[in-house]
Amino acid sequence: MIVAQRKNIPDLLAIVKSHKKLLVLGCGTCVTVCLAGGVREVSIIASSLRMAAKLKGLPLEVEELTIERQCDNVFLEQAADAIKRNDAVLSLGCGAGVQALAERYADKPVYAGLDTTFIGILEERGVWTEKCAACGACVLHEYGGICPVTRCAKHMLNGPCSGSREDRCEVNPERQCAWQLIYKRLKDIGQLDRLKKIKPPKNWNKSQSGGYRSIIREDHRV
Amino acid sequence: MKQENFEPKILAFCCHYCAYSSADLAGSMRIQYPPNVRIIRTPCTGRLETEYFMKALENGADGVLIAGCLEGGCHFVEGNLYAKRRVNYIRQMLEEIGIEKERLRMINVSAAMGRPLAENITDMVETVRKLGPNPIKQNGASKQESRK
Repeated sequence: MIVAQRKNIPDLLAIVKSHKKLLVLGCGTCVTVCLAGGVREVSIIASSLRMAAKLKGLPLEVEELTIERQCDNVFLEQAADAIKRNDAVLSLGCGAGVQALAERYADKPVYAGLDTTFIGILEERGVWTEKCAACGACVLHEYGGICPVTRCAKHMLNGPCSGSREDRCEVNPERQCAWQLIYKRLKDIGQLDRLKKIKPPKNWNKSQSGGYRSIIREDHRV
Repeated sequence: MKQENFEPKILAFCCHYCAYSSADLAGSMRIQYPPNVRIIRTPCTGRLETEYFMKALENGADGVLIAGCLEGGCHFVEGNLYAKRRVNYIRQMLEEIGIEKERLRMINVSAAMGRPLAENITDMVETVRKLGPNPIKQNGASKQESRK
């Protein structure tokens, strides 16, 4: 899931203060699960903005709406009327949702209310951690399902850096060394021999090279 | 509203299993507490969503009091601990907004604590009285207020 966190209220108010009617638009998918942009968060942020604006004497009306998914045109239609009624949209979706909205509603300013942070999982209640860097060329099969690209601070692909202490990362001692985890996992599943093969440099062409990436499936095109 | 005429309006969310009963007990014991509180009975403070505190203040409450069971004594095991974390989160947000966080407070009482409840309510009313009216009301009444 995509994990995001809210911007603070003074920053949000600075972003939207030039408008009189604002729609705070939530998204019912990833950001609902990571408690950043669902119905409840829309309600809290809308209330906060109304109060903060009133304290500063700004005439700001805030409408609240949450749709199922902001990154999908089909669902974006459900927000059409509300967007029309308002001067601007503060999206509590991820970066993809914000941009989908901006493309679909070309004449409305659309602002991001969240900082989209990473692709990750709910580690324990209230704790989310990054698990995938969306590098475009997955190597998880080589490393026992533990991603050195994401979870090793130095993105090492051929063994640990030798800076780790016990099982802790030298860059951040609060983090586990990804290579310690990879070694243990490969040992547990009897695949330690995978580590004997030298991995060539990773192909970063499939990552952030040459602008945005797209996938085309001819079998699904109409 | 002038400060000297100001009577705070406090919304008190009281858990059915403790604070609501202790308010009852305070009544039976003829213990006085200020009439500034409006009590709402809730099944558990863990039932309270963060937006309730926000909406109460937005709609003109001068203070919001959350009264739950003693820690370790929740009828639903840990509802009051959830409430405590939610109250702390919203107190942080109130600071961001520019409202005194003291307007939102959580207290813990048992059903037998009629007198401590009355003292807590008195203290909350006095705290809010010192803070003055909810600044949201001063800068133009909220929708609900202006309809009256």
